[in-house]
Amino acid sequence: MSGNGNGHAYKVVLGYGTCGIAAGATAVKEALEQEVESGGYDVDLDIAGCMGLCFKEPVVEIFDRDGCSVVYGDITAKKVPQLLEEHVGKGQVIEDWVVKKSEDPNACDGDFLANQLRVVLRNCGKINPESIEEYIEIGGYEAARKALTSMTPEEVIDEVSTSGIRGRGGAGFPTGTKWGFARKSPGDEKYLICNADEGDPGAFMDRSVLEGDPHTVLEGMILAGFAIGARQGYIYCRAEYPLALKRLDIAIEECHQKGFLGENIFGSDWSFDVKVKKGAGAFVCGEETAMMASIEGQRGMPKPRPPFPANSGLWGKPTNINNVETFAAIPWIIAEGGEKYADIGTEKSKGTKVFCLAGKVRRTGLAEVPMGYTLRQVIFDVGGGIAGGREFKAVQMGGPSGGCLPAEKLDTQVDYDQITAAGAIIGSGGMIVADNRTCMVDLARYFLSFTQDESCGKCTPCRIGTKRMLEILERICEGKGEPEDIEKLQILAGDIKDASLCALGGTAPNPVLTTLRYFKDEYEDHILNHKCAAGSCPALITLYIDAETCTGCAACVKVCPTDAITGEKKEPHVIDAEACIRCKMCLSRCPSESIIAE
Amino acid sequence: MEQIKVEIDGLACEAPKGSTILDIARANGIDIPTLCYDPRLSPYGACRLCLVEVEGARALLPACCAKADDGMVIQTTNEKLERIRKTLVELLVSDHPMECQGCSKSGRCELQRLADKYGITESSFTGEVHEYDLHRENPFVMRDYNKCIMCGRCIRICREVQGVGVYDFVNRGFKAVPGTPYDRPMQETPCEFCGQCISTCPTGAIKARPYEDFGRVAALDMLRNACAYFKMPEEDMMKALGLESWVTRTTCAYCGCGCQLDIHVIDNKIVEITSPVMVGSGQGNLCVKGRFGYDFVSSSERLTRPLIKKKGKFEEAEWDEALSLVAKKLGDTKKKSGPDSIGVLSSARATNEDNYLIQKFARAVIGTNNVDHCARL
Repeated sequence: MSGNGNGHAYKVVLGYGTCGIAAGATAVKEALEQEVESGGYDVDLDIAGCMGLCFKEPVVEIFDRDGCSVVYGDITAKKVPQLLEEHVGKGQVIEDWVVKKSEDPNACDGDFLANQLRVVLRNCGKINPESIEEYIEIGGYEAARKALTSMTPEEVIDEVSTSGIRGRGGAGFPTGTKWGFARKSPGDEKYLICNADEGDPGAFMDRSVLEGDPHTVLEGMILAGFAIGARQGYIYCRAEYPLALKRLDIAIEECHQKGFLGENIFGSDWSFDVKVKKGAGAFVCGEETAMMASIEGQRGMPKPRPPFPANSGLWGKPTNINNVETFAAIPWIIAEGGEKYADIGTEKSKGTKVFCLAGKVRRTGLAEVPMGYTLRQVIFDVGGGIAGGREFKAVQMGGPSGGCLPAEKLDTQVDYDQITAAGAIIGSGGMIVADNRTCMVDLARYFLSFTQDESCGKCTPCRIGTKRMLEILERICEGKGEPEDIEKLQILAGDIKDASLCALGGTAPNPVLTTLRYFKDEYEDHILNHKCAAGSCPALITLYIDAETCTGCAACVKVCPTDAITGEKKEPHVIDAEACIRCKMCLSRCPSESIIAE
Repeated sequence: MEQIKVEIDGLACEAPKGSTILDIARANGIDIPTLCYDPRLSPYGACRLCLVEVEGARALLPACCAKADDGMVIQTTNEKLERIRKTLVELLVSDHPMECQGCSKSGRCELQRLADKYGITESSFTGEVHEYDLHRENPFVMRDYNKCIMCGRCIRICREVQGVGVYDFVNRGFKAVPGTPYDRPMQETPCEFCGQCISTCPTGAIKARPYEDFGRVAALDMLRNACAYFKMPEEDMMKALGLESWVTRTTCAYCGCGCQLDIHVIDNKIVEITSPVMVGSGQGNLCVKGRFGYDFVSSSERLTRPLIKKKGKFEEAEWDEALSLVAKKLGDTKKKSGPDSIGVLSSARATNEDNYLIQKFARAVIGTNNVDHCARL
């Protein structure tokens, strides 16, 4: 929150999402509580969801009376006493720890946030997600109140259509049109589902929104339920998101107490309620027909469409399914107006999109940018470029269903049509950045192993086809590929795309097809020359130590599982190629980057 | 009922609204290959063999699931579709033991037929092949999941037709396979051993376990194998070998449903009972009695001649002697104690006609209404 409201000299807000907790925020929280108590500081302690600065977690933001704030990153329990003493006690900013200052957006890593435009993430990291009061204080539930008391369902749909927002779950279907179908579908009993079964490797925006701002999602659902005529909503959230589930439960309970969920919401004659259904961690349950089967208590397996959910969905009733990020944008659209949203973005892709920066990028985290930003802007301006100053090689967009784009595509605008034309998809918004140490064959193999593991097994092409593709890729990575394997992969990939029952199988070959399109030489290098130029595939590389730069620190010796590294202290070390199993543990530990894989 | 008009492979077809593309095609003599389809079950769309091209559609559609719309123009075969079908069969074959000669399903196996159609003897895809243990824990149903093609028909027939639900898929991806809860033996599940899963399994993954006469069963397998090898219908093969038909169609006599049975006989002994799909009142569905309750027919304990108790011991007699004795005793009893001193109890195993005659005999000949029946088998 800006300002610190309740009269304290400072407000100290700790980022307390899963990423922060994983980085040690619980210890920081305890230290803060203890220190404030024992030091007698005039401080209001609060928590918030993830701010998106995952690369700097745990993060603490300190607000003064004027609402100006300083964000500190990499805070540990040990740093807490000094932090409070200097910043709160003496009013001195500890410059070395600063990530961002509100009055100077370009300070340190401040441009990570300065280059973003936050609509979906507008409250994440700013309010306490476990307090409906804080959400209401910044105008929460006003959009829902306005719609339910002064708008017709059709007007709500029109506003959403005007905004031009397209489904943020991956397929990019216009949300207003989808709601229109569900609205017009005959039947008194309709259902609304929020797809929170986020499962793409490298995508975590839905989790962050649910952990950081669950009320926004609930408000979006109330609006959608009202618009399509559904009185019951479900949030299908994976059980691996315990914090999101906990905060959703709290938020739903708070809504019941306030009368925002239940009978006659805001005094209108509209009633709507939300139930949370925990998913058991099957990636395929993100597919809408499999998700509905799972909610019904069956094994999560997709069914052919048509019939589409808008006509025959959950328990055979008209059903509308949207993603967390879509719902999170809806209250903003209703409050600010669809036209304002449509002003952001490109001609056919409106608004903002949250991307999850992961992989070899310097600043990993959540980046919400207007549609139409180029990939270069997202990866370099927001993400800060490649970690360790290496060379950018490719970005995998849209997770395992998406594709890999090379450096020459960096100036492609982030827009549904342009990204699709380049061979990838926006998908859920995962961006996994690869540098020149990433082998593209291995990357394709990794994604295919994921989809193969997660295939439900129902249809033949996905169950056996992706398995056979994976086996070919494994052979290539082991240097046992045959020249005809490339053509075989291409033909099989085409048949799998055409013949699969659902989008999981239909898109599973994409990482292979795009790496074949842009990095065919790497495949050929593996097959014909038995070489992995990225120095990644264990069967095709040799590890050795550059004697000129090796400092003899022996960090490599400690991690080598086969004792293949020897050498005197402070003298260059040597790897015994016979004993080496090329696990590359040494490579990841070497502080002087003296270990070379070729 | 409202009719729609569609064009399939250039042929103008008419069908009731709500028909699937597959229904219409088959009704018009156009064959679309399928593996997961069984007319007794809800369509499933998993094997992808029935994919067809519909003009204006975004993607290929499974003919078994896709409802035809008026004016649809459909192609069931073209280069692309046939290539996809061949790939699919090759993929299935790549994880299927192609030792058809040793498989009792040979000649009736739907995968074998398709592999044959597409000229596949071995797959061009090589890789991991499943090696599951055989499930032979009960006397009726034998499961060999190495031959399973994951069509889900066993799961659906158990749930949709029988309302039992013994099976579901377990695991995901390549490892997905049908199974019982916690992999328990079937006798520890609510299984009624109707063998419906056997009746729908397109391959040799689920088979009836012969309880005796292994030699005769093997002979039947050999005959079917020969049919598969020479691509001859069973009828023609029998003619060529100078054999009488080894399949007799009859009506099941266990209850009044009237299910049709195909009794497979070798050397005057029943070796298997099946039911023709979509024929008769049972539509190809049988219960445990109809499918497996035939061992009494050639049981050594079965009475084939009348017995008369003489001096407290049953002795074999001739029919004339036995019937004369019964007629005399019935006449004596009627004369002495009146017709109502006699009651007639007939059998549900007898046909309707026989049962009619028995009550007629009781009422018209004996003169009593004391007629009952054991229709609680």
